[in-house]
Amino acid sequence: MADINNGYLLQQLQGRFEADIISADEPYGMLTIEFNKNKIVELLSYLYDHNQLQMQFLTDVCGIHYPDNAGKELGVIYHLHSLQNNLRLRIKCFMPNDAPEIDTVSSVFASANWQERETFDFYGIHFTGHPDLRRILNVDEMDYFPLRKEYPLEDQTRTDKDDTYFGR
Amino acid sequence: MQNNELDLANNPEAKEYTTLNLGPTHPATHGIFQNILTMDGEIIVNAEQTVGYIHRAFEKIAEHRPYYQVTPLTDRLNYCSSPINNMGWHMTVEKLLGVQTPKRVDYLRVIIMELARIADHLVCNSVVGVDIGALTGFTYVFQLRERIYDIFESVCGARLTTNIGRIGGLERDFSNETVKLIKEFLVEFPKVFGEFSNLLERNRIFIDRTVGAGPISAERALNYGFTGPNLRATGVDYDVRVMNPYCSYQDFDFTIPIGKQGDTFDRFMVRQQEMLESLKIIKQAFENLPEGKHFAEVPEFFLPPKEEVYNNMEALIWHFKIVMGEADVPKGEVYHSVEGGNGELGFYLVSDGSRSAYRLHFRRPCFIYYQAYPEMIKGSTISDAIVAMSSMNVIAGELDA
Amino acid sequence: MNEELGCKKQFLIPNFKFLIYKMSNIQITPPPAGLEGQGFFATKVEEAIGLARANSIWPLPFATSCCGIEFMATMASDYDLARFGSERISFSPRQADLLMVMGTIAKKMGPVLRQVYLQMAEPRWVIAVGACASSGGIFDTYSVLQGVDKVIPVDVYVPGCPPRPEQIIDGVMKIQELVKTESLRRRTSPEYKALMASYGIE
Repeated sequence: MADINNGYLLQQLQGRFEADIISADEPYGMLTIEFNKNKIVELLSYLYDHNQLQMQFLTDVCGIHYPDNAGKELGVIYHLHSLQNNLRLRIKCFMPNDAPEIDTVSSVFASANWQERETFDFYGIHFTGHPDLRRILNVDEMDYFPLRKEYPLEDQTRTDKDDTYFGR
Repeated sequence: MQNNELDLANNPEAKEYTTLNLGPTHPATHGIFQNILTMDGEIIVNAEQTVGYIHRAFEKIAEHRPYYQVTPLTDRLNYCSSPINNMGWHMTVEKLLGVQTPKRVDYLRVIIMELARIADHLVCNSVVGVDIGALTGFTYVFQLRERIYDIFESVCGARLTTNIGRIGGLERDFSNETVKLIKEFLVEFPKVFGEFSNLLERNRIFIDRTVGAGPISAERALNYGFTGPNLRATGVDYDVRVMNPYCSYQDFDFTIPIGKQGDTFDRFMVRQQEMLESLKIIKQAFENLPEGKHFAEVPEFFLPPKEEVYNNMEALIWHFKIVMGEADVPKGEVYHSVEGGNGELGFYLVSDGSRSAYRLHFRRPCFIYYQAYPEMIKGSTISDAIVAMSSMNVIAGELDA
Repeated sequence: MNEELGCKKQFLIPNFKFLIYKMSNIQITPPPAGLEGQGFFATKVEEAIGLARANSIWPLPFATSCCGIEFMATMASDYDLARFGSERISFSPRQADLLMVMGTIAKKMGPVLRQVYLQMAEPRWVIAVGACASSGGIFDTYSVLQGVDKVIPVDVYVPGCPPRPEQIIDGVMKIQELVKTESLRRRTSPEYKALMASYGIE
């Protein structure tokens, strides 16, 4: 029985999804792969049902915005955890600004439901097949996606704070 | 046939549902979040949740602040146990920088974190009592919380939102006053805790109210991403302190209490037992406290003491560089998690080498497990739903960030 | 600090000598200005009502975040807000006198807060507890209301992040001063109506 560690995990992934893994790295001990966004549900189901790996806990789903990476501006980052083997995995899927779509993984993990809504709320990434994709934390009438890098932190309509005093 | 009459002749199973709005301002929702309940008489059929009433955009703020200014933000996530959040953040940055803190720092941090965990569980459990109508436990327990506040105040100056510690250690070592307060606390806690347990744990009314209220099975809980006492009440013994030990937790001997059915009573009892386990850990850390410095040697991030800044040129330069943000931070991404009061509190930090984080995402346990609430209360009465909600310990600051 | 802690500890074990000493030293609030005689006391209605109102304020704790936990500590036994007449906290705005806004108010919560304020019956007072309720606090962001006084009129601001229970009590005492000295005609005066109009409240 092979030792279930990052090396074994990468080997299993390359065995099944050789063409879809764009890059793989191990920053600070956690295997991080950049993956093809179209196969994400297949990947997560594979890892869920795998007999040895048993990555059945979705720790986190979040978004990220790199305005300088042309064609790969928006990204969704998944953190998986195998409780039985104490193994973690980070999966990054990037997509272009003009087509920010990716399949929802809420069919595999129920915890992805609200986390994907939060990612949609902050970055405008559309999750196809999501049962209820609407804003969750911001007001429903908001018409922009605030965590994208082009938008400022402060509310520009506020009148009681003078930006010159705050160094902005 | 009028429009508002049920057509029972043709459809004998027809029901008329009422809509009840629970929140956002409601005495029983401890924090502001809304539930619109669809009820069949007194049984809840469906719940629609609205959160975000206290969304303060922490993740966006963190992108505009230097690393040491993110600590007050983490305070306000789970504000009942803010030291745990602070320490988690400091450990994340230390992991990014590759800083190894001395053993004394680890043990001091453990003492503070376990005190915070006790404080958080005291609030949750006494509030479960309050929601059932048992207010006495609340008054006993909050007097004990004041003792914990005294200890925090002697270390960092603040009671609730502590901003305790620095990247690389603690800002000052425990003074004699702190040591005295901790010793008194270790003696006083079991007595007051015993009084509180006597009021509720074997109380017939309490058990009748809480057993079977808001249950969830272990499989569903894992699928929903539950962590912390809520998951341990379903029978899964996942504790970040044991699975991925940080801050020298592997040196301490403690057990993980688990429940069976995942209902309110199990959650309450798991938290009760966890408080006793935390007390054990504090005793062990306090008795075996190693000698040493209260900070790691990382002058680029740890502010030098003020006496040196005023007298020593090098310390002055370091102070300037730290405050102005000219220290070099390595590029990279790191995920670090700690066992917060509610479960796995994770920090996903992406650094691009600059003064502020490029992206900081908080993996907030409350946000993730609160999704399961409609499933937990489907088919129960309002009274069970209220008790289930307060036993889940949903803190609005952590829910919305 | 040492003496303070020594005193606090004594609350757990009643110190009878302390109680007996205190009983002979009770201070009585001076009566309002008026004419005192054998079996009667004549004063202005305003003063009598003010005194009664000030010592029986029923607060509505609108606790949203961290300041709410400090409020819980204020209501608990160590700092006991009930001594000031606020024994019955009411969560229904229709039965409350004082709206204590404690914690950050996000833009999403603004209309809810306004609705709660509108449901309160006159005379009503508002205390903004904490930096977030007073001015937005440390959250100068797109989603946070920079101060509760953007949607409702506020009487007393208590700064702090979070303010200590003693500060919250100080704020309530200032409200008591306002309540005691308020004119009976204030709520129908043109200045008050102008204030309400500036907030869009009829």
